Amino acid sequence: MNLQGVRRESEYRWVIDPEGAMRAPAVLYADAALLRDMDDKVRQQLCNVASLPGIVGAACAMPDAHWGYGFPIGGVAAFDAEAGGVVSAGGVGFDISCGVRTLVSGCSREEVVAVQDRLAHELARAIPAGVGSTGRLRLSDAEMDAMLTGGARWAVSRGYGIEADLEQIEESGCIADADPAALSPHARRRQRDEMGTLGSGNHYLEVQWVTEVYDAAAAVAFGLQAGRAVVSIHCGSRGLGHQVGTDYLRDMVIAAPSFGLALPDRELACAPIHSTLGRRYLGAMRAAMNCALANRQILTHLCREAFRRILPGSDWRLLYDVSHNICKEEVHVIDGQPRRLHVHRKGATRAFGPGNPAVPTAYRAHGQPVLIGGSMGTASFVLAGSATGEALAFSSACHGAGRSMSRHQATRQWQGRQLVDDLAARGILVRSPSLRGVAEEAPGAYKSVEQVVDVAERAGLARKVARLEPLVCIKG
Amino acid sequence: MGDWQHFAHGADIGIRGRGATPAEAFAQAATAVTAVVTDPGLVQPQAAVRMQCQAPDLEMLLFEWLNTLVYQMATRCMLFSTFDVRIEGDRLEAVARGERVDVLRHAPAVEVKGATLTELAVRQGPDGAWTAQCVVDV
Repeated sequence: MNLQGVRRESEYRWVIDPEGAMRAPAVLYADAALLRDMDDKVRQQLCNVASLPGIVGAACAMPDAHWGYGFPIGGVAAFDAEAGGVVSAGGVGFDISCGVRTLVSGCSREEVVAVQDRLAHELARAIPAGVGSTGRLRLSDAEMDAMLTGGARWAVSRGYGIEADLEQIEESGCIADADPAALSPHARRRQRDEMGTLGSGNHYLEVQWVTEVYDAAAAVAFGLQAGRAVVSIHCGSRGLGHQVGTDYLRDMVIAAPSFGLALPDRELACAPIHSTLGRRYLGAMRAAMNCALANRQILTHLCREAFRRILPGSDWRLLYDVSHNICKEEVHVIDGQPRRLHVHRKGATRAFGPGNPAVPTAYRAHGQPVLIGGSMGTASFVLAGSATGEALAFSSACHGAGRSMSRHQATRQWQGRQLVDDLAARGILVRSPSLRGVAEEAPGAYKSVEQVVDVAERAGLARKVARLEPLVCIKG
Repeated sequence: MGDWQHFAHGADIGIRGRGATPAEAFAQAATAVTAVVTDPGLVQPQAAVRMQCQAPDLEMLLFEWLNTLVYQMATRCMLFSTFDVRIEGDRLEAVARGERVDVLRHAPAVEVKGATLTELAVRQGPDGAWTAQCVVDV
């Protein structure tokens, strides 16, 4: 990234003061090495976001920021509806409410390793993954509406999981004010066969183990213990969310002139929060968020069933479920005053600090669990929201490592078969319907998640709690 | 004859079609979308699906066309390898031919979630050839 005009305010905080059309500063959280490697497009996109109406504080980039659509991936921005603030479909992304959930158990790494091959086979059989895969559920229109307004709560009421799961999900598993009527028939149709599917690309279900604990007290509260097995699921709102993103991106582009919005980039397409289009998008996006929560809840159930067949008696408790492609209405203290804001987090994870009433009671003293996904063969991390995060970036942290090379470069550098064999030799079993897909997702095609997480911690965005490594990886 | 290619975009993939007319460039761009998922040469043009869309300008028409294609791929669990595209004014009509996804034979690498406005462009070069491109989200 070109650092001209970028002011280093502290070791991990870099500021671009408002210039031209910018209404607020742009702030990047990174060390010198991460910042140097970031694309210039991140800077450009962040400055564009800072020029949108009603922005509050600053447009922020997380340490894993990279070139996105309109907003950078790893971007955070908050808007005040009463000050003409906007909501942006590009600021949420296509995979609405993509996120991670992690389950903990009393199983040791050794217990999993003893049945690793059978477990990998059983999970690959149980979890629909990849292009063309379909789920077992077919929802009637009425059931689709119930799912879109009920989220994970709907899934539990239909037998997918247990009531206790809901306490450990953002918003107790159900996003309020969802509006199924704001979805196009295409969005509903696209979901018909995709409930309870994992998807493809960087989405995964992994059986992992806790290799290291950094914050003993938080780890105890979260149920994480060194040497124990955990499961992490990374996926989103499937076809329905993709179609909502597509539909509203188009509608916002077409409507932008009618709102008097002069956009520096069409992909920044947005609508005033108080406009009919803005409200419709928020209603549709919340329905898609519920779809994502229901989807991860169904996958959790399928995963528990698979474990029960291979390791009878194993018990998998939900640690937490948090999304990283969202826009949520939250109250944040700005200049000493509480303000109701619409916070966009695109490839960024909410990270509420200790004491926040939205954090489950059992975790509240330590901060909200922040689940950071890795890629096959690399580590994942559990962090906790910090007390300083609200003032820095509206209580937000990174979401993963981010790619360091394109899919094409990856397929030129690695062979899928060889990668699967190499990872197996390291004790990591990968199951995927596509070897090309495996090559495109090669661990070496991603930045170092360790570096990203370390910088997030040093910048004060979140604290490290535990490090996880994969044993089994189910990929789409 | 037109051709297609991919271009790099950090996390996703850029697709580009070239042809003597906008319609041919759009058809090649569609082949490039299939190539994100699998080798188009592996997809048998067994079944025909009619598609149509409309948009106020050529660039938005490309965006609509690719998203129409993505929708049909997703809901029919199909891959397409040949495309007859006609553009008249602000309307596009196409017949795409392909087959249902066969996981073993196609080994589909990744699903396409949607076309984006990033790097979206439809233009005629100095040689008269048309280029149609954008980044697709995967």
